[in-house]
Formats: sequence, C-alpha cells, structure tokens
Amino acid sequence: MYTFSNRLKIGSFIAMAVGLICLASGFLSAPSTVEEAKAMVAAHDDGHGGGHGEEAAATHGEETDHGEAAAHGEDHSAAHDEHLLHQLQNRPWAALYVAAFFFFMIALGVLAFYAVQRASQAGWSPLLFRIMEGITAYLVPGGIIVFVILVLSVLHMNHMFVWMDADTVAHDKLLQGKAGYLNPTFFLIRAAIFLGGWIFYREYSRKLSLAQDNSDDNSNFVKNFRWSAAFLVFYLVSESMMSWDWIMSLDPHWFSTLFGWYLFASMFVSGITTIAIVAIYLKSKGYLEQVNDSHIHDLAKFMFGISIFWTYLWFAQFMLIWYANIPEEVTYFVARFQDYQLPFLGMVAMNFIFPLLVLMNSDYKRVNWFVIMTGIVVLLGHYLDVFVMVMPATVGDQWHIGIPEIGGILFFGGLFTYWTFNTLTKEALQPKRNPFIEESRQFHY
Amino acid sequence: MAATTFKAIYDDDDVLMNAVKKIRSEKYHIEEVYTPFPVHGLDKAMGLADTRIAITSFMYGCLGLTVAIVMMNYIMIADWPQDIGGKPSFTYLENMPAFVPIMFEMTVFFAAHLMVITFYLRSRMWPFKKAENPDIRTTDDRFLVEVEVGKDEEALKSLLLETGAVEVHVPKKK
Repeated sequence: MYTFSNRLKIGSFIAMAVGLICLASGFLSAPSTVEEAKAMVAAHDDGHGGGHGEEAAATHGEETDHGEAAAHGEDHSAAHDEHLLHQLQNRPWAALYVAAFFFFMIALGVLAFYAVQRASQAGWSPLLFRIMEGITAYLVPGGIIVFVILVLSVLHMNHMFVWMDADTVAHDKLLQGKAGYLNPTFFLIRAAIFLGGWIFYREYSRKLSLAQDNSDDNSNFVKNFRWSAAFLVFYLVSESMMSWDWIMSLDPHWFSTLFGWYLFASMFVSGITTIAIVAIYLKSKGYLEQVNDSHIHDLAKFMFGISIFWTYLWFAQFMLIWYANIPEEVTYFVARFQDYQLPFLGMVAMNFIFPLLVLMNSDYKRVNWFVIMTGIVVLLGHYLDVFVMVMPATVGDQWHIGIPEIGGILFFGGLFTYWTFNTLTKEALQPKRNPFIEESRQFHY
Repeated sequence: MAATTFKAIYDDDDVLMNAVKKIRSEKYHIEEVYTPFPVHGLDKAMGLADTRIAITSFMYGCLGLTVAIVMMNYIMIADWPQDIGGKPSFTYLENMPAFVPIMFEMTVFFAAHLMVITFYLRSRMWPFKKAENPDIRTTDDRFLVEVEVGKDEEALKSLLLETGAVEVHVPKKK
C-alpha cells in the first residue's frame, strides 16, 4: 500500500492555496469599465516603450470585424474599446480555463492510453495499471470544474465563447448558419454526454479491475477488455466533438478537419508523460520494486513517438493552411504568428526538437532523470499548446504569462497531484490477478 | 601452425545458449556461431560488443537533411527565386514549410539506404559472394559453434559433449 508522503500532500495544498489567491487576484484586477481597460493598456505600453501600441491597434482593426461587423466610422473607436475591455476581462477566465482543461486533458489522455493497453492486451503494462487508474481519478473533479466553467460561460459570466452572445450571433451570418450545432443548450448537453461517458468508463473499469484481484476466474478481465474496446470507439467520436466544442468553437469562424486528432495527440503525449513521471517518482520512493528500467524505456518510447506524431499533426494543420493561404482559414495562424510568435514556435522546440534529440538514444530512455527532465519540458510545451489554442481567441494580443496563468497552473497542478496520489493510497499499487501480470513482471527489453 | 577449430553441433537453441555460456566460462575462445534464425540473447551470451549502426544512421540522416536544405536553398532561393503562385521565395526560412516534406523524405532516404549499405559492407554481403557455411544444416535446424582449440584437444572435446553437443567435428590439420 502506498502512503501519501506528507511533504507532497502539504506541497499540493500550498500550491492550491497560492494558485487560488493568484487566480482571485487575477479576477479582482480585471477591469470592469472601458476607462479602466484603456488605462491598463496605456500603463502597459509605457512600460514597454510605446511601439507596441500601434502594432496592437493595427491588428485590432481586423479582429473587431469579427463580432461587430456593423461598427464603422465613429462607432469604430467605441467598438474597439469595448473589444479591448472584453479581452482584458477574459484574461483571468482564459487563464482558469487553459489550466483546468490542461490538467483534465492529461487525465483523459491517460484514460485513452489505459483503454488502449487493455484492448490491445499489452503484456508489459499491467504493472502500471494502478498508476493510470490513480491519474484518471482526476477526471471526476477535473471534468466537473471544466463543465462548471462551460456553464458559467453559457450564463454570460465571461466573453470567451463569442457565439454564446445572442447579440453577436444576430449580426453574424456565419454564426447563424452554425447555430444548429453551436447553441448553448445543445453545447451543454453534449458536454454532459461526453463527460458522463468518460467518467462512467473510468469508474466501471476501475471497479472491474479491482474485482479481478479478488476473483477466481478471468471474467472481470474479459469484461474489462470488451468495455475498453467499446470505450475507444466512443472516445474517438466524443473526443473529436469535444475538441470542436471546447476549443475550436472559441474561434467560431474557423474550422479545421484534423483538429480533433491534433488535440488528441496533445492529450495522449501529456498523459503518457505523466504516467512516466508518476511511475518514476513512486519507484524512487521504493513503492514499485517490480517496475524496471524496461517499463520506463517503453513509456519513454511512447513519449518520443507520440511527440513526433503531435508534431506531424501540428505541421500538417499549419502547412496545409499556410500553403493554400485561403483568407477565411489563414486568419487563425496570422493571429498566432503576429501576437504569439514565441509561444507558438517555442512549443515546437519543446514538444518536438527537445524530445527528438534527448529521447532518440535507447540508453537515455532508461535514465530516469532524463525521462523526468524531458517529461517536464513536454508538459510545459503542451500547456503552451493549449495556451496558444485558447488565448488568441479570448484575449487576443493582451496575453501575458503572469499571475493568473501561473495561479491556474499551481491550483490545478496541486489539485491534480492531491487527487492522483490520494487515489493511489486506496488500493495496492500492483494488481494481483491480472492474466498478464507475470509477463509484465518479467518484462525485459 | 594456424589455429584449428572444433565444430560442435547442437539441435536446440536453449542448449546452445547454455553451451555458449559454459564454453566461455571455461575460457575457450568462440570463433563463430551459426544459427538458422536469430537466437534472442545470443550476442549477450557471447559477449559481443553492441552494434553502432544506429549511430551511423543518425549521421546519415543529418547528412540527408543538409543535402535537402542546401539543394533547395540553392535552387529555389539563390539561383532563380521565381514567384511561383505567390510563395515567398525571398529567404529560405520564409518558404520553409513548403520544403519540409522534401527535407523529411531526404533525411529518411539517406538514413535508411546508407545504413543498409553500411550493413552490407560491414557484414561483407554482396551478390555472387561465396557463402561461408561450415555445415549446410545450420540454415535449417542445427546450431553450430566453432571453438578455437587450445593445447588439450581431448578436454575440449569432452567439454563440448558435456554441454549437449550432438556432434563434434575435429577438422583435419592441413
């Protein structure tokens, strides 16, 4: 049995408390009137020597056309100020949403990996099943928090999803055309179905997995195999639709067909990385004697391979749009290239070049601190990935990685750590009666 | 006098593995082992050094990437920077996404083909090469170990039989 180390527990509580304070201060410092918003931007520009202001105004001109197509001439400046106010008000919300989604996405990625391992009847991984189950326990609180944020968005507590604003839709032919799919009620129903399905599979599979330990035949294992295969079918459809709903609809004028896969790759690699980090941590504390270097090696191979898969999809999405340069879809990348150049290109270095060079060598995949180090870079890289997906649509060029963003990471990181390790204390860390457990114990690459 | 070798024939890969370990622990030098299929762990048991072919492959890949970049930079940017469908041919970086598929394929092409050629050269394989096969059955179902003979031929022979060899051949001295 695993006992939650006090240092980790206190650490996660402190992270949650500090994160909560940072998030609250982010909400408190958001402007409530247009004047305050202008003052904030003016103060910000002074700090940076002015040049930024003109640039920002230039890009704004284009973006305002989105929501307020009617605004022209004198109205334009007022509409611009209103737009700026909304962006600044969105900032703490977007910081909250990015972090909430990022940690939720890790748990969901682990769940997909877990289902793949069960459905493919992998012989190496059963020793790691309890760790995966521990991480996926976060689906319940994480999923509820994301759902609550979505409900609050529907209740107009923020301006993250423009299509939820009836006024905007009334002036926008494109959004009217999509209203059959993008309407608040249907949006929440879909979210509830996706979350319900994922959480149901997680809880039921965990139940079967524990029942298998105390049974005298393999019926629970077989049942789990079937549910896992069925879940993967459900997951592929629901994950794809979730990516349209929760992320792509932040830019409701834009669409991309491989977006679901792209988000999937991001969550899959973050999930696998988290499994590796948690496994190495527990092993270093002496809890996983039977997990050997070869298991870590396999996880590192997955990290390496899926990082490249993510890059493939990132590049395929970018290059196709860049090459054809169709105005209606290229604005997505124009906004990212103009205002987010460093995070947009920096994440490619963190998510592709770094793991490519570090994890290519077979020996390095067995060196635990190498895997941890790469894992941290990959996780930060995929946080940036979500950041660059969400922020341009919500705060535009008013982005900054400051107190609310770091607060979000700390709060959800603390909650994630607490929930994961608390679940790990509930059951023995190694399954007893899995048909493949002996193979997994002997696993050697 | 050239060193002569005993040829011990085995009919099972598990027996072979144990025999190899035993022969090495008795400080005899194994010249070569012939097997009909890869025996997992045999290289470890024989104490062979790890292959470095993956390292050569990485270097060939870097070469391929360089060739692709230099080639396209020369053709598309330096030599004749035409406006083709509005693509920005001002610098390499500006038009790079269009070159990535070629950069990728050239990297893989060089890494794969040059590595295979390196493998052929290092293991001395080419068409019309005379097969080096001490016993035709080793391509089907027998395993053959060549052990260099020290001073005591009888001791080696009994050791080989003890390890489970089904036949031990003592070649005639030339």
